[in-house]
Amino acid sequence: MLGTAALAACGSSGTPAAASSASALSQSDIDGAMSKPTTLTFWTWVSDISEEVALFEKKYPAIKVNVVNAGQGSAQYTKLRTALQAGSGAPDVCQIEYQYIPTFTITDSLLDLRPYGASALRGKFVDWTWGQVSGPNGEVFAIPQDTGPMGMLYRADIFEAHGISVPTTWDEFATAAHKLHAADPSVYLTNISANEPAGWHGLLWQANAKPYVMTDSSTITVNVDDAASQKVASYWGELAQAGVISTDPDFTDSWYTGFNQGKYATWLTAAWGPLFLSGSAQATSGKWRAAPLPQWDSSSQVSGNWGGSTTAVIKSTPNAIAAAQFAQFLNSDPDCASLFASKQFLFPSTKALLADAGFTGQAPAFYGGQQVNEVFAKISDTVNPTFQWPPFLDQVATDWTNTVGKALADKTDAVAALGQWQSQITSYAQNQGFTVHTS
Amino acid sequence: MSATTAAGPEAPARARRRPRPGGSRPGAAGPVFVAPFLILFLLLFLTPLGYAAYLSLFQHRLIGGTSFVGLHNYLTALSDPQLRHGVLRVALFFCIQVPVMLILALLFALALDSGLMRLARVVRLGVFLPYAVPSVVATLMWGYLYGPSFGPIAQIAKHFHAAAPNFLDSDWMLASLSNIVTWEFTGYNMIILYAALQTIPRDLYEAAAVDGAGAWRIARAIKLPALKPALTLTLLFSVIGSFQLFNEPYLLQQLAPNVIDSAYTANLYAYTLSFTGQQVNYAAAVSFLLGLLIVVISYVFLFLASRRRVAR
Repeated sequence: MLGTAALAACGSSGTPAAASSASALSQSDIDGAMSKPTTLTFWTWVSDISEEVALFEKKYPAIKVNVVNAGQGSAQYTKLRTALQAGSGAPDVCQIEYQYIPTFTITDSLLDLRPYGASALRGKFVDWTWGQVSGPNGEVFAIPQDTGPMGMLYRADIFEAHGISVPTTWDEFATAAHKLHAADPSVYLTNISANEPAGWHGLLWQANAKPYVMTDSSTITVNVDDAASQKVASYWGELAQAGVISTDPDFTDSWYTGFNQGKYATWLTAAWGPLFLSGSAQATSGKWRAAPLPQWDSSSQVSGNWGGSTTAVIKSTPNAIAAAQFAQFLNSDPDCASLFASKQFLFPSTKALLADAGFTGQAPAFYGGQQVNEVFAKISDTVNPTFQWPPFLDQVATDWTNTVGKALADKTDAVAALGQWQSQITSYAQNQGFTVHTS
Repeated sequence: MSATTAAGPEAPARARRRPRPGGSRPGAAGPVFVAPFLILFLLLFLTPLGYAAYLSLFQHRLIGGTSFVGLHNYLTALSDPQLRHGVLRVALFFCIQVPVMLILALLFALALDSGLMRLARVVRLGVFLPYAVPSVVATLMWGYLYGPSFGPIAQIAKHFHAAAPNFLDSDWMLASLSNIVTWEFTGYNMIILYAALQTIPRDLYEAAAVDGAGAWRIARAIKLPALKPALTLTLLFSVIGSFQLFNEPYLLQQLAPNVIDSAYTANLYAYTLSFTGQQVNYAAAVSFLLGLLIVVISYVFLFLASRRRVAR
């Protein structure tokens, strides 16, 4: 109740009605708002973010930012949805992962940042990240914070012991999978988790699949069993059925033990993976190396993305200018961006930092001194810029685990499972009032 | 709070025995004593229940918003194969797990009550202790023990060149879940039955012994009939617990996502509908139907138990 009253009051006191006009605000409007004492609430699960926030507060002493950890991922989104539905209690600024942006734009909950100067930042960020935060009519719904371009971490020692050279195409990868498992039945070339729809979407992304395309705000084309998706599903389905890759659930005790004991010779992961692995598989330090994902077409380098976050402004904020400036500063200010990379080890989204030798030149011992960031910085340039997410991602992800993930783990027909996945998504979307097309 | 409410009926009873001229009406204090409970009951129990019932009559769509649909959600739920499978699965779980658990609890209670058991205190505490472990912790622990590649059971089997069954595959999962729940709740049921046994007057045993009855005869002819109300109670709790099975499958889902899908049990299905699919209204209808089913089954058990008592 109170929140609504406050909102109404602010709306009448001259704050421009948010995003109703795409025309830019004048600098004096911005200066005025940034010197007016304001408190912003910022929901994020990035740990120790107070250092970055302090940089902003130093530049704009009138603005106080109240950082709240409202849970990680789904836990935070559930709270955000509840607050949005209740009409009060939502933050001004919020961390949102790329894949969840459409989930919140379909309910019209994110502020278009174009009038607040976001368009000018476009050139600072890696192209594909800008594609991810952009709406169908060119809106800018969030500012990229960090990314997860996908590559391959591999055990150089295992490859060497079995005479396997680093696969550069998926064909070579499949041959290596058979060879390795035949030579040592306790080792699998990789593990494709039956409960990791996010990683799977990264692989779809690399294969240039277009599983979800919103043509207007209530029409969606669902295409999860098109030719590109079938290529990916039949590839992994055949390897799983042959038993030469494993399908263990990831981020479980058993999975960590698998890495430490050398059960998996590679991990197809994102740019945040190298640091994560070095903390989780210490027994294998020095034995890992990084390489790009194997390719479908050897003549071009393409990758997908798995993970990473953005900073978005919630439309209900009474302090739209300050909130938008904060979201922009936090991710585009060079000092702030390099703090994210050096303190929180988030993989950068800005071109400047990805080209910065201080970042790319690091040579961690876990990877035998290889400049892992350099590898992933190059991969970031090859991420396909056109991938789109559906506005009901949670449902799509759960349905994937129940169909395709299950088929991989049960060693049944993964391509047939794509059909089930397609029909489950279709019936859910229709039930939610969407017009669903299959092209 | 239970102390306040327990004192409630006693106060007016005393007043009735010795009426004071000009004193308060008998029973006037009762509602005051019950009020703290009633208010909380109303606020924290009946209000959400009423709100859920209200929600279940609507449908919210991402495109099109909220509309009143009457009993449509209930009709959909009645013909929903996923819900039906979930309910049948927990029914099967109930039929397997509950008899095993209650028979174990009964045996432990009788053994403790017989006074013949060595280290009775240690055994009593040991059997009860799992109940003090939160079910989340218990499931994580068992999940580790069940682990097919690096779990201790699999490791021991490997050491002896034998193959341990994969406790987390589709053939074993229901049995593995039953084992966890049995481990957790046998002690709780044992304590209820043991407490009931303690209330049997000791002179009945002496009389039976004088008539030449042995320990087994006493157990069958005196203890078991006397335990009937307590057994009915544990059975009722088990009906409710089984049909609401959630924590254990929810956590094991992380370890065996291909076996436990999002509609594995009825409660898990309601949770997924609400928190994954944002179908809060339909989830409310599903929950209400599940609640109704539990009430019906509980009533049938009570009815059967009381009829048998009357027939005797």
